[in-house]
Amino acid sequence: MAYSDGSDPFPTAVKVLVAGGFGVGKTTFIGSASEIEPLSTEELITAASAGHDDLHGVEDKTTTTVAFDFGRITMDPSHVLYLFGTPGQDRFWFMWEELSNGALGAVVLADPRRLQDCFSAVDFFEHRRIPFLVAVNEFDGAYRYTAEEVRSALKLGAGTPVLTCDARVARSATETLIALVRHLIAVPASP
Amino acid sequence: MAADDEPLIDEDAGRLVRPYTVSNGRTAPTRRLDLMSLVASTGRVGQSDLTPEYARTLRLCKGPTSVAEVAAHLRLPAAVTKVLLSDLVDAGAVAAQAPRPAADPSDRRLLEILLDGLQRRL
Ligand SMILES: Nc1nc2c(ncn2[C@@H]2O[C@H](COP(=O)(O)OP(=O)(O)OP(=O)(O)O)[C@@H](O)[C@H]2O)c(=O)[nH]1
Ligand SMILES: [Mg+2]
Repeated sequence: MAYSDGSDPFPTAVKVLVAGGFGVGKTTFIGSASEIEPLSTEELITAASAGHDDLHGVEDKTTTTVAFDFGRITMDPSHVLYLFGTPGQDRFWFMWEELSNGALGAVVLADPRRLQDCFSAVDFFEHRRIPFLVAVNEFDGAYRYTAEEVRSALKLGAGTPVLTCDARVARSATETLIALVRHLIAVPASP
Repeated sequence: MAADDEPLIDEDAGRLVRPYTVSNGRTAPTRRLDLMSLVASTGRVGQSDLTPEYARTLRLCKGPTSVAEVAAHLRLPAAVTKVLLSDLVDAGAVAAQAPRPAADPSDRRLLEILLDGLQRRL
């Protein structure tokens, strides 16, 4: 509600996405970083609003539900950061479209056992010029790639940060978000 | 009336059946709300004046709360939650944040606030 003096009692809400392939640790990451238990809700998606050729499994429905999860971190009384997890399956790309609207940036989680699973997330953010970094979620026993190996496997630009994290650990998830904000500060404003 | 902790969405009946009934089948809200829009009770309408679904929705917006959080706690799809919240706005029970331009990723002051806020959590 805008008051007659132009003030608005609501805090500013900003959004960061947590993306990556199926089962890479997105929900775990959001839960570690968030001050609330990660919540999940569903959005109704109508096939009419979709119009993409990769809708296997949902093409016979007019409406489907896509679950996504999110967390919250209060920065100060007038700023709140929301973390939104994108649905892991590529066929829900249209949900990414809605979720990415107005996002400041994104954390792309990569599973070192299946690095290629985050290709579509990398592609998505590159095309929309949404700043992102790649965080390799170090699953036990997985091969430890160097940042350069990840960069070349995912064909990342030199400016995109690559780091490792443990999505189960609050400090590690928070450090990943700090790295993203530092990256946002460092990247020149897009024209 | 279902207990509060009982899922409103009945898997067997089809996931869309119950949610649609609470909004009379409508999924188009009268207000523009997105998942991050913040809403808050105005305190001008009492819960006893509302049907149970609206009263529950109103209880969830005591302080500024995002549409996504209200939806998660109601266990209703966001689209249906937006209809309920729009109706509450129209009734004067809830205030919705005026639409704001999306956060500017090159807003240095905002980024510094985020950096400080996150570093305090380490
Ligand atoms: N060892 C290890 N296990 C992890 C880590 N992060 C997540 N897991 C486990 O991996 C599994 C998948 O994690 P989720 O957080 O559910 O993954 P997700 O990306 O949300 O999965 P979807 O939403 O289904 O795409 C869970 O069993 C987690 O406990 C990690 O850093 N190390
Ligand atoms: Mg998940």
